[in-house]
Parts: sequence; C-alpha cells; structure tokens
Amino acid sequence: MKVKLKVWRQKNAGTPGGFQIYETPDLNPNMSFLEMMDVVNEALTLRGETPIAFDHDCREGICGTCSLVINGKPHGPHRAVATCQTYMRSFKDGDEIVVEPFRAKGFPLIKDLVVDRSAFERIQQAGGFISVRTGAAPDANAVLVPKDKAEAAMDAAQCIGCGACVAVCKNASASLFVAAKVSHLNLLPQGQPEKERRVLAMVKQMDEEGFGACTVTGACEAVCPKEISLSFIAKMNHDYGLAMLKGK
Amino acid sequence: MKLLSNLFTSTLGRKYIMAGSGAVLGLFVVGHLIGNLQIFLPPAAINRYAHFLQSLGEVLWGIRLFMLTTIGLHIWAAISLTLENRAARPERYGSGYAPYAASLASRTMLISGLGVAAFLIYHLLHFTVRLEDINGTAILIRQLKDPVTGYPDCYAMMVAGFSVVPVSLFYLVGVGLLCFHLSHGIQAMFQSLGLRNPAYAPLITKAAKGIALVLFLGYAAIPTSVFVFGHGKAYLQEVINAAPPAAAVAAAGKDLVK
Repeated sequence: MKVKLKVWRQKNAGTPGGFQIYETPDLNPNMSFLEMMDVVNEALTLRGETPIAFDHDCREGICGTCSLVINGKPHGPHRAVATCQTYMRSFKDGDEIVVEPFRAKGFPLIKDLVVDRSAFERIQQAGGFISVRTGAAPDANAVLVPKDKAEAAMDAAQCIGCGACVAVCKNASASLFVAAKVSHLNLLPQGQPEKERRVLAMVKQMDEEGFGACTVTGACEAVCPKEISLSFIAKMNHDYGLAMLKGK
Repeated sequence: MKLLSNLFTSTLGRKYIMAGSGAVLGLFVVGHLIGNLQIFLPPAAINRYAHFLQSLGEVLWGIRLFMLTTIGLHIWAAISLTLENRAARPERYGSGYAPYAASLASRTMLISGLGVAAFLIYHLLHFTVRLEDINGTAILIRQLKDPVTGYPDCYAMMVAGFSVVPVSLFYLVGVGLLCFHLSHGIQAMFQSLGLRNPAYAPLITKAAKGIALVLFLGYAAIPTSVFVFGHGKAYLQEVINAAPPAAAVAAAGKDLVK
C-alpha cells in the first residue's frame, strides 16, 4: 500500500512552518505508523532531504514518548493505543493522512513534529513524589492498602505522560495528566502526609505552564492511550477544594 | 488570605466559583419555575405569590443584589477562564477541530451562556422593570390590577406578555438555551466541585440531561399554553374590562376613608 502524507514541517520555533505533502514508498500494511515514518525518512535521506523529526522511544506503548496528531486525533484513529501501536492497516491504500505536532502553549515546538513536553516534568517535580527515608525495605504488610484503593491508584498510575489529553482538549488543559499523577499518590497511604501540599503545588505549576482549564468535555478521556478516567479530575478537584478550604 | 488567592487566581479555584455560583443560579431556575407554574392554578394563587415577593421590600432587594453578584461572579469566572483557555492554544490544528466525545453543549458553554445573559436582560426589562416599550403589545401591563385585591396582576401580566407570538418564541429560544447550558452545566458542576466519582458518574450525566429536559418542558409550557392554547385570555379580558370600575371603586374607597 501507499499513502500520501501531509506533514507539518518547521525548522525551529523561530521559523514559520507549513504542511508538505509526501508520497510514501510501498508500505507493508503491518508496519506501525512510526515504522512508516522511518521508511519515509529513509527515502528523504537518500534524496538528500532533511528527514522529518518526530518523537519515539520504546515503540511498545509504555513510554509515552511518541506523539503526533494523526488526521486531527492524537495517537491516530484507534482507542487506547499510542501512535507506536497504530498500524498502517488502519488506513486505506491511497489515503491522505494529515500529521501534525501536539499544539499547546505549554508544549512549545522544537522541530517538525517534536514538541517540548518538559512542562510535565516540572509539574511532576512540584509534587508528584513521596518523601521517604531510604534504608532497609519495610515489611510488605506493614502498610495496608485496601484493594479498591490499590486498583484505583494503579489505574491512575497507568498514565504515561504523553500529553495527548492536552493535545485534544479544546482548552489545551493538562487536567487529566495532573489529576492522574495527583490521584495516584493521593489514593495510597504512602501519599497521605503530602496530600494537600502535592495537589496545591502541582495545580499551581500546571497553571504557571500556561495550560488551560478543564471544561469537562471528556475529549481527553476518549483519546487517552491508557484510558485514564475523567473521574480522576473530580478527585483532584475534591482534594484541591479541601486543601484550599483549610487555607493551605 | 491564601484561601482567597487560591480561589480567585488558580484555574481550579475559579472553576469552584463557576460551579458554586452555577449551583445557586440553577436552584433559582428550579424555584422560579415552581413559582411560575402557578399560572396553571386560579389567578389568585400566582397573584398572592407575586404580592408576597413584592412585599418583602428590603429583603427582596437583598435577594436581588445577591443574585446579581452571583451572576457577576459566574460570568467573570467564565470569561477570565475562557481567555486563558484560548491563549493556551496559540496555533490551531491544520486538520480542523474534531470534538472527540465532547458534546455540543460542553463545547458551546460560553455562547449558550452569553445567549442566556442576553435573554435575562430582556426578561428583567419585560417582567421586572415592566418597560412598556418592549412588550410588543398595546396592553399597558403596569396598569393591570387584580380586580379583587387591587394589587398588580401577575397572572394577567404573564398572559398579556405571552400573547405576543414573537415574544413567546423568543422566550422559548431563551429557556431552550438555558436548559442546553444546564444539560452540561449540572454535570460539570459536580465534576468541578469534586463531587463526582465512578459510582455516581453515569447517574449524574443522565440526571443532568433529565433535569434540563424537565426544566425546559416546564418553562416552555407557560408561553406555549398562552399563545397556542389561549390559556388565561378570558381572565385577561375580564381584568381589562374591570379596570376602570375597579379604579373608580378604589378612588371611592379613598374618599370614604377621608
């Protein structure tokens, strides 16, 4: 199969960018979207052109490095998969596919399809951790975690921090990401001592990074490759409200 | 002080303001409907209710100021957040905006809200200020008095107001927009206040839409019954016919007191 790619090319943040159209070489339908990009880049390199810059790492759906807005949807047409696990068989021979970078003030563009997502790292550094003394590992049963809490915390912890929630949100809001990270620790006993400080600091950092506010459209939940639930945003709002009322 | 700065400056704090003020306004919308459905009872009922509200005096002004402040906070939070939301995506997508799973109501809250605000201004001028120039009828609604009590006749005023078809249609659009706004607003309120969890989430979503629909049907019933089915028109005619003698009786009564 062959497809026509309409790709956003931009040399750097200071230079204006635009779409360019590329005809792909013959593709195996079982290639992943990223492998298709590799093939296109190989052809570009052989022609002496600059390959298309895009982010990728593990290519097995767990690192959150791949991004791309494919035909207007972060991570492509399917539910609960990242771009690396979107396969060319999902498209038809001769399709035109529009490929764009994630667009948000909080994710400044670096080159072509690569954006700087370090805002997420700074939000994590503001409170997405627990403070523990190092030393001998405590007994596994010393801290009891209720089963439902453990499961909910694991659901939140599935977030790979890819930023698709920001990319799809009409407000470029990072609420789903921040809510997942806040909830993951705030649900567990180990996260309790810093619960209030955590939610206040992470929300403050989120606001400072220039992300928008949540208007509860639910688009983030629909495109999240890890299907993080909108309910975690309610949990974050709940924790934030209590911390705020206590005047923390 | 930290509470206030968090409440008024953070995005989550302003969502609390939006949700809290929205809850107050939503409850008002419910109460206002229950009060106004008295139009389907004999005229004395709603006229007694209207007179009771009017007789509250300073308390009524207190309630009005509270409601205006609440509306002000709701609109301020909406506009300040929307400006930031727009700024959060300086460059649009080339492939256009595709609203994955995002309902039309959720994406158009500012527009529906501004529409409701415009309707509210008309509604206040129409039935609270009772500006005769905008009611579209030759009947002077300020002059309508209950033939029995002599107090302003709320029932006749509503019938006179809704007998004007364009006005009634505008009301239907206004309450339609309001209920469309509420179909998303009610569920978003629970979410923003952190009162939505996986157990209640499906119920809240359905209940929000159900409540919005019931409110719409209730509000739409009032102008529709008047301009389609002629509800209360006979009574309005009675009030208009009774007006001069009633005025004469009142005048005579005054003379008697003197």
